[in-house]
Amino acid sequence: MCLAVPGKIIDKQDMLATVDISGVQRKVSLMLLPEAKLGEFVLIHAGFAVQTIDEEEVKKTMELFKELEQYADK
Amino acid sequence: MSVARIQMAHGSGGKVSHDLVKNIIWPAFANDILGEMHDGAQFVIGGARLAFSTDSYVVKPLFFPGGDIGKLAVCGTVNDVAMNGAVPLYLSVGFVIEEGFSIEDLKRILASMQEAAAEAGVYIVTGDTKVVEKGAVDGIFINTAGIGKIIDGITINGKNAKPGQDIILNGYLGDHALAVMSERHGLELPQSVKSDCAPLGDLVASLLAAVPSIAVLRDPTRGGLATTLNEIALQSEVGIIIEEKDIPVSLAVQAACDILGFDPLYLANEGKLLVFVDKEYTPQVLKIMKAHKYGREARVIGTVSHAPCGQVGLRTGIGGIRLLDMLMGDQLPRIC
Amino acid sequence: MLTNEEVKKAADFFVREIVSLAGQKPIRIMEVCGTHTVAIFKAGIRQLLPTTVELVSGPGCPVCVTPNDFLDAAIAYSKQPEIIITTFGDMLKVPGSSSSLAQEKAAGADIRIVYSPLESLEIATKNPHKKVIFLAVGFETTAPLAAATVLMAEKEQISNFYVLSAHKLVPPALRVLLAAGNRPVDGFLLPGHVSAIIGMKPYDFLAKEFATPAVVAGFEPLDILQSIYLLLKQIQRKEPKLDNQYGRVVPVVGNPIACQRLNEVYQVADAQWRGIGILKDSGLALREKYRAFDALKNLPVTVEPTKEHKGCQCGQVLTGALLPTECPLFGEICKPEHPVGSCMVSVEGTCAAWYKYGAGRWQG
Repeated sequence: MCLAVPGKIIDKQDMLATVDISGVQRKVSLMLLPEAKLGEFVLIHAGFAVQTIDEEEVKKTMELFKELEQYADK
Repeated sequence: MSVARIQMAHGSGGKVSHDLVKNIIWPAFANDILGEMHDGAQFVIGGARLAFSTDSYVVKPLFFPGGDIGKLAVCGTVNDVAMNGAVPLYLSVGFVIEEGFSIEDLKRILASMQEAAAEAGVYIVTGDTKVVEKGAVDGIFINTAGIGKIIDGITINGKNAKPGQDIILNGYLGDHALAVMSERHGLELPQSVKSDCAPLGDLVASLLAAVPSIAVLRDPTRGGLATTLNEIALQSEVGIIIEEKDIPVSLAVQAACDILGFDPLYLANEGKLLVFVDKEYTPQVLKIMKAHKYGREARVIGTVSHAPCGQVGLRTGIGGIRLLDMLMGDQLPRIC
Repeated sequence: MLTNEEVKKAADFFVREIVSLAGQKPIRIMEVCGTHTVAIFKAGIRQLLPTTVELVSGPGCPVCVTPNDFLDAAIAYSKQPEIIITTFGDMLKVPGSSSSLAQEKAAGADIRIVYSPLESLEIATKNPHKKVIFLAVGFETTAPLAAATVLMAEKEQISNFYVLSAHKLVPPALRVLLAAGNRPVDGFLLPGHVSAIIGMKPYDFLAKEFATPAVVAGFEPLDILQSIYLLLKQIQRKEPKLDNQYGRVVPVVGNPIACQRLNEVYQVADAQWRGIGILKDSGLALREKYRAFDALKNLPVTVEPTKEHKGCQCGQVLTGALLPTECPLFGEICKPEHPVGSCMVSVEGTCAAWYKYGAGRWQG
C-alpha cells in the first residue's frame, strides 16, 4: 500500500504541481501538502504529494551507507 | 484454462498468453514445424532453408516518440525472421482500417513502413486492405508476414542454450514500452526516451558471419527480457542467472516504472536482441555489436548454468538471488 | 546516489552484523506492509539472512484484507449499465465470490483503471449521465487521497461521483495481532509510507504495552537491511523501542494536514478483514456529512451472498501464523493463475510474492 517515489517540484500552480522524477514529469496534487515549495523534494503516491523529503536527512543517510565501517556498533 | 472469454491478459505475451497458444491454438493446427515453438517457422523448399514469421500490430497510440505502428509492423516481423538466423527478404502486409481514418495518417504510416523496409533491405511485395465500420477496429490494425533465407551453416534454435554460455544484450530495456504508454499514464518522458524500434537483420548477419556458432538469438518483445529468458531456459532445459547490476535500464525508464509499479524486466522492447554464445566468442560478439548503430550499449548480462533447470534467477544489487518468473498476465499500474 | 559497489559494500556490512547479532535462537520479524513483502523479495534479502532470522508477512496488503463482499458489491455495481467503476490496478484481478472485475471487464462492464483517485472526478465530469464509483481501498497512505478527492468533488459540486470504501488502519491490526499472541512476533518492520502520514506516535504502544521492538522502515534494499539490523540490536539488548530508520521521509508528526483531511471525511469504524474477521475500530467509514458520496447509501444494488473458498488459509497467513509454504493449498490448488484466496491474487499478496519470487522454488 506504499508505492511512492521521490520527485522534485519544478512548477507549482496553486494546488497542482509538476514534479520531476529522474527526468520523468508528472502533475500531482498538493491538496495534502499545500505548503510544499518550488524546488522541494516530495514523496509522491498515486498522483498526490504526501510528504516532504528532508534533503539533509537524505545526505546523512547516503553518508552513513557509504561510511558504515566507521559507524559500526556503538 | 477455465475462463470462457478472452481477457486483455491473453495478449500480454506472458504466461496467460502462452497458455492460450499452447492449450487452445497450437493443438488446433498441430504439425511438426509449429511444434518447434520458435519465433518463426523454419522449413526447406527445394533445398532452400527458409524462415517465415508473422505478427499483427494494434499499438495505441499510432504515433509515439521514436516510431509509429508502420515502423513497428516492418521491424517487428523483420526481426522475428532474423532471429531464425535468416536474412529477411520479403514482407506481405494486411491493413484493417476503420471507416473515417485520416488518409494523411495512412500516408504517414506507409512512408514509415517504406523507410523501415529500405533500411532493413526488404521489399513489401504483396498485401491487402480491408475497411470496416466505425468502431469495428480502433483506427488501424496491421499484419505483416515475412520470409527470409536462413544463412548457410547456421542453426539457431531455442533449444541450443548450453551451460557455460554467456548471455549478451545489445542495449537499454523498456524504452519502447514507456514511449508507447507514457501518454496513457499522464507521464511526460524526457526526449531521451523513445521507442527503440529498429530493424536488426543487418546486426544479426554481421554477428553470424563472424561467429557462426552463436547458439540462440531472440528479441525480448512482449513479456520483456524475463519472459524471453524463461522461454529459452525451458526449451533448452538449462538454468540462467543474470546480474541486476549489469542490466541496462535508463534512469527515466526506471523512474517511470517506480511511479507506476512496473518492472522493466517485463517491458516490451522492439530493437533489442539476446545472443547466447560460448564464452570464448564473447569478446568478438561484443566488438561487433558495439561497432553497430544498434549495439553501442551491448554487454554481458548473465550466464547459462546446469541448474536450476528451466529457471531464471536474478542476482540482485545486494547479492541475493531471486527467481525471475515469466510474466503472468499483464502489468497493471498499482499503488501497493 | 550510491554506486553499485557502495550498495554492495553497505549490504555486506549489514548482513555481517545481522549474522553476528542473530545467534542460535530463532527470531521472527513481521514486515507488515505488502510493499515491503515485494521489496524484500525483489532485493533477494531472505537468502542473505541467517536461517534463525525469519521474516513473516503481515496483514498490510490492502487487497488481501479487502472483504469478499466489497468485491462482490463492486462487481454487482459494474453490471449496471449507467455505472462506471474506477479502481487502482491492484484490485482488477482479485476474485470475489464468483467473478472478478477483470472478468466483468472482459464481459463488457465499464471498469477503468486509474493511477490517481482524482481521475475519477475527470471521468465523472466527462460522463454526466453516468455514475462513477471509485473503489477506495488502502491503508493510511492512500485513505487521505480518497478523502481529498471527496472534498474536491464537494467543492466542484460533482454529484455523480461516489465512493465504495474499504479503508483500513494499521495500528489497530497490530494490536490485535499482539493481543492474540498465537505465534509471538519478536519485532516489527513498520510501513514507512503509512508512517509518513500518521507519524510515529500511533506505534508507541508496541514497545510501551507489548515490549515489542519496532522500526519504521524505508523501501530500498539498504533501508530494509538497516532496519532488520536495528531490530536485532534492540532484541539483543532487550531494549524494545520505536526506531525510525526512514527519517528522510518520516517526521515524528507525520503529515498533520493529510490526517486532518482524512478526519474530516472519514470516521473510525469496525471493519471486516478478509480471512481474519471483524476488528474493532480498524477501518474507516464516510462521515454522515459526506453521505451523498457513499455508493452503498445512495445507489441500490443487489449483491450475491458471499462465498469464501473452503480450505483457504489466508487469515492464518495474514497474521503470520502460517508461512505461505505451510498452507496446504499453496502452489498446487492455489497459484497465481488460479488463486483461491486474496493472498495469492494481489501482486503484493504474501502468497503471490512467495510464489512469484521463488521462496521454495529457487533451487540454484
